[in-house]
Amino acid sequence: MAHEIRITGLSKSYGGQPILGPVDLALEAGTITAIIGRSGCGKTTLLRCLGGLEQPSEGQITIGDGRLSRRDVGYVFQEPRLMPWLTVEKNAGFGLIDVAKTSRQQAVAEALQVVGLTAAAQQLPKQLSGGMAQRAALARALAPRPEVLLLDEPFSALDPFTREQMQEHLLHLHHHYGSTMVLITHDMDEALALAHRVIVLAGAPGKIAGDFSPDLPKPVNRSSVAFFEWKKQLTDLLSGPAIHAVPQFEIQPGLQQRRIV
Amino acid sequence: MGVRRRWQWLIGLIVPALLLALWQGIATAGWAPPSILPSPTLVVSTLLAMLASGEMLNAVQATAMRMASGFALGVAVATVLGGLCGASSLARALLDPLIQALRSVPSLAWVPLFILWFGIFEESKIILVAVGVFFPVYLNLVGGIANVDRKLLEVGRVHGYSPLRRLLRIQLPAVLPAYILGLRGGLGLGWMFVAAAELLGAANGLGFILDDGEQTGRPERVLAALLLFGICGKLTDWALAAFGRTLVSWQDTDTAQGVKT
Repeated sequence: MAHEIRITGLSKSYGGQPILGPVDLALEAGTITAIIGRSGCGKTTLLRCLGGLEQPSEGQITIGDGRLSRRDVGYVFQEPRLMPWLTVEKNAGFGLIDVAKTSRQQAVAEALQVVGLTAAAQQLPKQLSGGMAQRAALARALAPRPEVLLLDEPFSALDPFTREQMQEHLLHLHHHYGSTMVLITHDMDEALALAHRVIVLAGAPGKIAGDFSPDLPKPVNRSSVAFFEWKKQLTDLLSGPAIHAVPQFEIQPGLQQRRIV
Repeated sequence: MGVRRRWQWLIGLIVPALLLALWQGIATAGWAPPSILPSPTLVVSTLLAMLASGEMLNAVQATAMRMASGFALGVAVATVLGGLCGASSLARALLDPLIQALRSVPSLAWVPLFILWFGIFEESKIILVAVGVFFPVYLNLVGGIANVDRKLLEVGRVHGYSPLRRLLRIQLPAVLPAYILGLRGGLGLGWMFVAAAELLGAANGLGFILDDGEQTGRPERVLAALLLFGICGKLTDWALAAFGRTLVSWQDTDTAQGVKT
């Protein structure tokens, strides 16, 4: 059973410098929510708070009834972060260390099958391509069959073709598991292709600047008029005056005249 | 590339062969008296005589026993203390300053104290070797654990790993390449210290032959013992490096692909 996520008054500061918030959000169970925004707007910080990797400075996060174990929340990082000494199969079973061997083997085999890596089960990470490594990382997050899956720009390092293929994989997985998914991305196409809801974060400190529910049927036709209209709306918002995540740098007088000798 | 690697060891023999020829030439021409520089053929015949009389086997056996005992002791203590200081900041705060202070004491300066405490027989020699082996192994282990990629540790955290489990499942496997380097460094120092210990007073062993050659004015015995020390050191390092390579074959480095160091 998927779980809803409730975020109340969440904020995060580093050394007195506010980075994020306050943010209030309620994410419906079994949906994919994309959080989009410019670099430095606090997207990853928000996800790290959800995944328990950062302690919020203020506020509260409740997932489901608040009694979920670690195994119920999966996390996919921007990079594969596979243990280089473990085979793909052992990496996929990394979160199932306490589970009985037969159940673990079954869960790992299923996760590898879902991401299409059954044939590579005995390979080491050094033998994998970037796309395969990221799929192995996805299998590791999926093997415990999490109720909630947190994804931090998981496909940003991949080439456009592999990225699109992985996005299709993710939709397939969502159909298969029905988990509540939170996807951090700076790619508008990815957000619209995958998410039921798109939250635009603006900073700094990061706050919600837009909240959309694109009614695009999945799988999304990326050439459709509706897709372009939604993309334009997001582009307008992200390039508009309300979004100032990155400080504007001024070129100092005389800087242009410096030459590299 | 394969052919080049296959014959690479031969390239390493060119300079020693030239030096050997030069040495033989100087000895044959009589440019240096045999009491200073005996010819290579005299050294080889001394080695053969030592082999025939059983002296070589006894000496190598005695030295190797001291070396093996000291190495095992040094590695065991360094592994326990290094693991403890690497994993626990409290243990590091308590023990590391003292260990670092002891490291600045020249290891041979311990000899008088060891002789007073443990006598002039085997114990003091083994402990001196252990002191020599301890520091490189300890330093590599502590440094290796401290430098384990934070990103890998976060994978453990999102899967609910306890600090002990993170140490066993992530930090220790990740530190293996640095640990093996430490073992090789310790092995080299171990051979140095066993020679020093035997020179300071032993009734057998390769160090004893060195001392005996000097006392009785027979440089061919000194050179024969030096050659045996070199062979023993190279063989043990080669065996340890080969064993290490099988343990870290997962590394995505040129060395792990088979380049010998």
